[in-house]
Amino acid sequence: MSTLTHDETAPAHDHLRTLEAEAVHIIREVAAEFERPVLLFSGGKDSIVMLHLALKAFAPAPVPFGLLHVDTGHNFPEVLAMRDRTVAEHGLQLSVAHVQDYIDDGRLTERPDGTRNPLQTVPLVDAIQSHKFDAVFGGGRRDEEKARAKERVFSLRDDFGQWDPKRQRPELWRLYNGRHRPGEHVRVFPLSNWTELDVWQYIAEQDIVLPEIYYAHERQVFARGGMWLSPGEWGGPREDEPVQTRVVRYRTVGDMSCTGAVDSTAVDVAAVITEITASRITERGASRADDRLSEAAMEDRKREGYF
Amino acid sequence: MTVLLDAPTSKDTHVAGLLRLATAGSVDDGKSTLVGRLLFDTKSVLADQYEAVERTSRNRGLEQADLALLTDGLRSEREQGITIDVAYRYFATPKRRFILADTPGHVQYTRNMVTGASTAELAVILVDARKGLAEQTRRHTAVSALLRVPRVLLAVNKMDLVDFDKDRFAEIEADFAAYATALGIEHHAALPVSALRGDNVVEPSADLAWFEGPTLLEFLENVPVQTERRPAGRFPVQYVIRHQSADYRGYAGTVASGHLEVGDPVVVLPSGQRSTIAAIDLLGRAVERATAGQAATVLLTDELDVSRGDLIAPAEAAPAAVRDVVATVCHLSEKPLAVGDRVLLKHTTRTVKAIVKEISAKLDITDPLAAAAAAGPAETDEFDWDHDAPAPHTLHANEIGRVVLRTASPILLEPYATDRETGSFLLIDPASGDTLTAGMSGDPLGVFS
Repeated sequence: MSTLTHDETAPAHDHLRTLEAEAVHIIREVAAEFERPVLLFSGGKDSIVMLHLALKAFAPAPVPFGLLHVDTGHNFPEVLAMRDRTVAEHGLQLSVAHVQDYIDDGRLTERPDGTRNPLQTVPLVDAIQSHKFDAVFGGGRRDEEKARAKERVFSLRDDFGQWDPKRQRPELWRLYNGRHRPGEHVRVFPLSNWTELDVWQYIAEQDIVLPEIYYAHERQVFARGGMWLSPGEWGGPREDEPVQTRVVRYRTVGDMSCTGAVDSTAVDVAAVITEITASRITERGASRADDRLSEAAMEDRKREGYF
Repeated sequence: MTVLLDAPTSKDTHVAGLLRLATAGSVDDGKSTLVGRLLFDTKSVLADQYEAVERTSRNRGLEQADLALLTDGLRSEREQGITIDVAYRYFATPKRRFILADTPGHVQYTRNMVTGASTAELAVILVDARKGLAEQTRRHTAVSALLRVPRVLLAVNKMDLVDFDKDRFAEIEADFAAYATALGIEHHAALPVSALRGDNVVEPSADLAWFEGPTLLEFLENVPVQTERRPAGRFPVQYVIRHQSADYRGYAGTVASGHLEVGDPVVVLPSGQRSTIAAIDLLGRAVERATAGQAATVLLTDELDVSRGDLIAPAEAAPAAVRDVVATVCHLSEKPLAVGDRVLLKHTTRTVKAIVKEISAKLDITDPLAAAAAAGPAETDEFDWDHDAPAPHTLHANEIGRVVLRTASPILLEPYATDRETGSFLLIDPASGDTLTAGMSGDPLGVFS
């Protein structure tokens, strides 16, 4: 064992430097090789980190692509405010596709459970086609879910935005192949190799500002499916679901109808890092009803064009 | 006594905060169980994931939770009980973060192991202690050697099924050491484990008290990572950053190998223009030096015409531009590669047209050394050794061969054995855009010449 001594001079967070460099490399590769990239931006932590990396990748020049948000109509107001503040601060171009428009004119039908996450796919694919986006950055991470663990950094999608796991291109070395035929596009995941903890450590290190709902706060909630949901225009709670006030925070931020809060006293980044280091539940397991539908829920949604 | 990997004695290696490793082995060798065990025992598997595995195991009538289920991501894999693709796993200890490329073992999945090994700093190959170095183990070791994975570890699994026999382990270890050495793998080692029981994976085992080496996890936490294999800086220009208001013109890219320093006299290739590095920007921070793997922006003292695909290198140690490429390749696509095919060749940040001139030999990756030995020593013509066998003309998925290409414009390709970054390339189908072939310049295994 004496020959395997630890080098104490190694910097504490040098894994973040490696992950940061890799993500920047991927973002620059896309800017260089695609005609019309766009960055999917919800105002959630992963998309904020992705935008932060893009800003660094091209500094001092501005980010050479715009942002796209699929608004379910049930988004947290704090998150939308953050989205708009960020766009204004950096002078970015934001396109928004509204799920509500699709429901209003009958192209999509509201689900009985009120969950709108699965309804994002059609407006997303439509927006990609109408804007002729050929590369779409997503904040997905492979540690989130089993199907994501098998997806490439450059994920080819057909005309319908569909993912075919058996048609994936092998990815070797630092060589990403973004070639695609007209009508096809590529989803690109610069944070593929990051974990939830890496994202939070990076947020702490880089002093990145997040929507306040990621930190512990008092909130009116009600229990459904083992999660704390927030009442709102989206439809909850039902009569048999009593509302109570709890101190909670959100680990993920998505559609209000299916994103649950967790009991937490973590009021700042350091406390969040301590909390998730000790957590025994994954972030999606704790807070996403849509992933619980079946063992292959995410795989099925990806095949249909979801992120 | 196990042969431990060498210690981080020189400044070119250190215990990095992040280790990329690839695992290879078949279901039978217990690879999924081992990976599941590593994830589980490092508490990287959380309660909801574990409950899902327990539930599925129960549904299948298993008494214990099958940890292998943690790593099977796709429906068809779960249905067939196999792994069909590279899956990436993440776990961490207080010492290190790990990115594990989990690759399936069967011969029809050689391409997946090639993919996983291409970025790995360590390959962990699983072997069943009862079987010893099977054909599959030899293939996995050879692929690791071909891809120039810096370090290779043999995990001798199922030690419980050979009664934790010290001599059996020593025998396998010696076989492996001889084979790895013959393949030119500089750093190799072997460890006894039982993935199913958890012996010597994360916790030491009383049954393996005779083993003086570390547990698998201790090994992973401490194995040095080579950060700089060669001094000569190689900086493929990825993107040109212009900012008019600041009169800024920077060349963005990732340092492929070596390092660059402010004040270095450099040459821009293939044009041959010379200049000096005026400044280096490391994501918003001005630095004196950028090293391999860092995403940097380089500013030159002169206004030159530099664009994506160019290479910035030290003026006195620049690579030669080539158009004739001789390489060892692994074919990846279901569509075969044939002599005469017109393809795209992607090398660092440059993509050029190329034509397949020759497919001069196929390599039996299960036993490349035997193939080389049978062919006899190299004669005047380096491809002469297989004159008895007709040139294959085509390569199919998972086959490894020797290919000669001619590119339409020059590339700054160097021998893969010297540099994994500047020695590797992809062949791409210009029509479909699919990735056809993974290429390694020269003869990384030293078997063709």
